[in-house]
Amino acid sequence: MAKELIRLSDLYMQFDDDVILDHIDLYINDKEFLTLLGPSGCGKTTTLRIIGGFQKPTSGDVFFDGKRINDMPPYKRKINTVFQKYALFTHMNIFENVAFGLRIAKVPEPEIQTRVEEALELVNLAGYGKRAVDSLSGGQQQRVAIARAIVNRPQVLLLDEPLGALDLKLRKDMQVELKRIQQQVGITFIYVTHDQEEALTMSDTVVVMDKGNIQQIGTPQDIYNEPKNAFVADFIGESNIIDGIMVQDGVIQMYGKKFPCLDSGFAPNEPVDVVVRPEDIDIVPVEQGQLTGTVTEVTFKGMHYDIIVDFQGFKWLIQTTDYSPEGAKIGVKIDPDGFHIMKKSRYSGMFGDYSSYSSEYDELNEDREADDDEE
Amino acid sequence: MKSKAISYPYVAWMALFVVAPIVIIVVYAFTAAGGGFSLENFHSMAQYATAFGRSFLLAAVATVVCLLAGYPLAYFLARERGWIHRMATMLIMLPMWMNFLLRTYSWKFLLERNGLLNTLFGLIGLGPFQMIDTQGAIVLGMVYNYLPYMVLPIFSVIAKIDPKVVEAAQDLGANSVTVFRRVIFPLSLPGVLSGITMVFIPSVSTFAISRLLGGSKTLLLGNLIDMQFLGSAYNPHLGSAVSLVMMVIVMVCMAVMNHFGDGEEGVTL
Repeated sequence: MAKELIRLSDLYMQFDDDVILDHIDLYINDKEFLTLLGPSGCGKTTTLRIIGGFQKPTSGDVFFDGKRINDMPPYKRKINTVFQKYALFTHMNIFENVAFGLRIAKVPEPEIQTRVEEALELVNLAGYGKRAVDSLSGGQQQRVAIARAIVNRPQVLLLDEPLGALDLKLRKDMQVELKRIQQQVGITFIYVTHDQEEALTMSDTVVVMDKGNIQQIGTPQDIYNEPKNAFVADFIGESNIIDGIMVQDGVIQMYGKKFPCLDSGFAPNEPVDVVVRPEDIDIVPVEQGQLTGTVTEVTFKGMHYDIIVDFQGFKWLIQTTDYSPEGAKIGVKIDPDGFHIMKKSRYSGMFGDYSSYSSEYDELNEDREADDDEE
Repeated sequence: MKSKAISYPYVAWMALFVVAPIVIIVVYAFTAAGGGFSLENFHSMAQYATAFGRSFLLAAVATVVCLLAGYPLAYFLARERGWIHRMATMLIMLPMWMNFLLRTYSWKFLLERNGLLNTLFGLIGLGPFQMIDTQGAIVLGMVYNYLPYMVLPIFSVIAKIDPKVVEAAQDLGANSVTVFRRVIFPLSLPGVLSGITMVFIPSVSTFAISRLLGGSKTLLLGNLIDMQFLGSAYNPHLGSAVSLVMMVIVMVCMAVMNHFGDGEEGVTL
């Protein structure tokens, strides 16, 4: 059923001496919701702009429906874009904004009327046609931007961090909304974001990028449950990443102890990275624990506590609904399916230690990421 | 409120040097030399109808020329970056830093019957041409002096247009002509309107340019008013009446124009 629509082949992009995209290969299926996910400067926006025709790759090819489109200008592509800061035409009312593409395509007036009304209805803005752009809220303006793109019935819609400027509550509503719109119009969405939750919520396929390389491609479940390396594990949700040795299939050794796990396919005694998600760790009395450690920090998060536990100098993050006071000695137990084993990569040792964890960390991170990534 | 108090000196200044003079002009315009209310000044103004017509016509021509020359310049300047941008901005601003009269005198020197241009034409066997003391010379003087006032507001408005908006238009199927016609030009209208205002108003009331480049025969409103206050035909009452009528006509022109740019911000008289 899945038909390939867009193929990026050996895409390489360089500005001055900076390598933005390092020989990327990617294919995108028709009617798929695909997300390019990664931190600022990872090359995701550049990839999107190349697909949209706003930038030309230094080398490599872009194929659309089997045809090479490297030199096709944006206005000839069957692709429309929703920009991060909406980029609406402030000198036109809402109706004219949405009708812009249709008027250029010389669509007959009665058809413009019906199609614009339909598009506005699709984004829940029926009856807003006569309003001025300035009179709408940020969320409404973003809906207009979506309607303006979708009304042209493109085969692909590119979305460049479209929810970045909205507040958290609105963002969550819009995530659901976007997914609904995508399913209703049945076209390919290519979505760029640095927000892993957005990516997991909406996507059929997630492409995790860093430093101009694709780190992993997969369904949201794959990406979360089977991260390929420490970067992906850390970027998608919280992860404790510990050095270990894969003694044999189904047996992992860390802290000098052996644990049963479900992974296999490694060489005997191969050094590996072990990922344990904070929610997969059970707190038990010390004597029943596979490991024992000391609680160094407790943060109340509403639905759960974030507690930091020191295991022989390496600090883990555990998310639990059971309160343990600071300084308490606790035991932990991890089920075999709680372990995820990864081969060593260039990211090994860079992530997954919560020694520098503080409750402000998340907020700082958000602020930094919220800045435009000018790539 | 405390912040209000800061504006008091300015309010006093306005009252003293803006409102009061206008009141004086109005009083003078509606009184005769002997005192007492009179509409005589307005009746006698009829004989200067040509001066009115000529002033507004020349100012309009100069404004149109400034717009036609200034808009493309401002457009390309706003799209440039780096040293070209800085250099061009400098070159546009540079004449503004020189004395206005000096600039206009140098045109006199260039255009004179025995001036530089006619001398050069003579070398290749042409001319001499009558260039000084013509209406063309006056328009030239206006364009030369006021062109920066057209370029700068248009330039700053275009430079502020978000490049993403242009990309959005391209994305929706617009080629570069359509992008300009449907997006950039409409968005630059506030700059065009303030450019027109800033060129038209000083042009209509100029007296130095017409006196230096237009000779004695081409009487403009500025010269007419000048004569009534400082010249041989001393009559401040008539001068005030002419000023008042000119002001009203200019205000009507601007009101009509701003009406077209309705809803756009940044246009001020």
